[in-house]
Amino acid sequence: MRRLFDDELNDIDANFTEMGMMVSETIEKSVKAFIDHDRELAQEIIDNDAKINEREVELEKKSFEMIALYQPVTSDLREIVTILKAVSELERMADYARNIAHATIRVKGHVRVPEIEAELSEMGNRVRKMVEEMLSAYVKSDDLAARKVAAKDAKVGEMYDKINEKGISKMERHPETVIGSTDYLNVAGYLMRIGALVTNVGEWIVYLNTGKIVELNPESSNLV
Amino acid sequence: MSPILTTENLSLFYGKKEALKGINMSFEKTGITALIGPSGCGKSTFLRCLNRMNDLIPGVTITGDVNFNGHNIYAPTTDTVQLRKEIGMVFQQPNPFPFSIYENVVYGLRLAGVRDKEQLDAAVEKSLKQAAIWDEVKDRLHANALSLSGGQQQRVCIARVLAVEPDIILLDEATSALDPVSSHMIEMTLLNLRHDYTIITVTHNMQQASRISDRTAFFLNGELIEANDTKQIFMNPVRQETNDYISGRFG
Repeated sequence: MRRLFDDELNDIDANFTEMGMMVSETIEKSVKAFIDHDRELAQEIIDNDAKINEREVELEKKSFEMIALYQPVTSDLREIVTILKAVSELERMADYARNIAHATIRVKGHVRVPEIEAELSEMGNRVRKMVEEMLSAYVKSDDLAARKVAAKDAKVGEMYDKINEKGISKMERHPETVIGSTDYLNVAGYLMRIGALVTNVGEWIVYLNTGKIVELNPESSNLV
Repeated sequence: MSPILTTENLSLFYGKKEALKGINMSFEKTGITALIGPSGCGKSTFLRCLNRMNDLIPGVTITGDVNFNGHNIYAPTTDTVQLRKEIGMVFQQPNPFPFSIYENVVYGLRLAGVRDKEQLDAAVEKSLKQAAIWDEVKDRLHANALSLSGGQQQRVCIARVLAVEPDIILLDEATSALDPVSSHMIEMTLLNLRHDYTIITVTHNMQQASRISDRTAFFLNGELIEANDTKQIFMNPVRQETNDYISGRFG
């Protein structure tokens, strides 16, 4: 039996995925702007952040409305709850991308360290890929895929440690890089947090499919 | 806690049509169980088996056992009048007798031969209080029960059941003919009674089932598909049919 609720659910689902794509693109651009020292692109990301926030509010309002009007239960309820929770994770990912854009604007003109920037670029690509794969797991309602993507977060943690070490040793040996390297550490930290948020989205996909609230990377949850 | 009522392989046939297919269920001494399912799924038929209300329907055959307090109610020695005192029933349409409120409530007691006025008065007050209607009718106990609103009539019917001190109260869509405010009053009444009675209610109102019941049983095509804690049923049922029905995909 076709339900009005299904149409609305499809809409909200599509809007959520679309917002996810926006966020993924923003993350990609933020890392690119940082590596390319592209101040304009960074400013664009900062200006665009309000739009992502609006998306979040729209999705939240729509979710509240559907809960009030349809009183969903079981898998219907889990779909709405998943969107309601995961949308906050997406919005926070975009906030970190915006932080990276702010760092881009600040870092301009300071002494730079190309080898660390190369690693940041790799870390950024990895995190963005995780975002996209997690969105794809959401679209397919595939909790096994969500678990697999979340498992990739360990590597992101390793990359963070590596950049951290390199940055600190660079600062020790070349004090003129201190200001720039501090931002490298910050950016690596933002990317690591985005990775943790991707894991959170994965946890909601598991909930969506199984009704169980799980912690996918318990060992790293106390680091972020 | 051992169950007060269990059904074992309970089947019911209307002629050759099997309307209930081997239902195994048990009910604890307290709490509300909601029976849900689409029209014709057998939930009301099942409910009526629990105090032998189907006996009078021509062509009905019942097999299996219904054990109440350790004995099978379908045993030939069962006194059905006594049984229906112990397992009372409230129907969809409020059905007060065309007497006063007072006489409605004491009807069962008078049948049982109680003559003592003090005892009858006490039973009226206690039952009407339990049914959450005492304050509304205490000054007109001798008014005709038919002069009350539908919701009030239904609560008087609940008081009538309570007056004979049953163990189990069966409700067959007891609020579906009532407005939302009256339904709410009945729900509050049931929530108060659930600590002392076994309440089994058939309802088409999913929200009511999820609001007030402790356990929910889903029937489909004469079968018990799933019975579990209400939270489990409404959040994460095991069976796909349950999920589809309570989220409005059929029925």
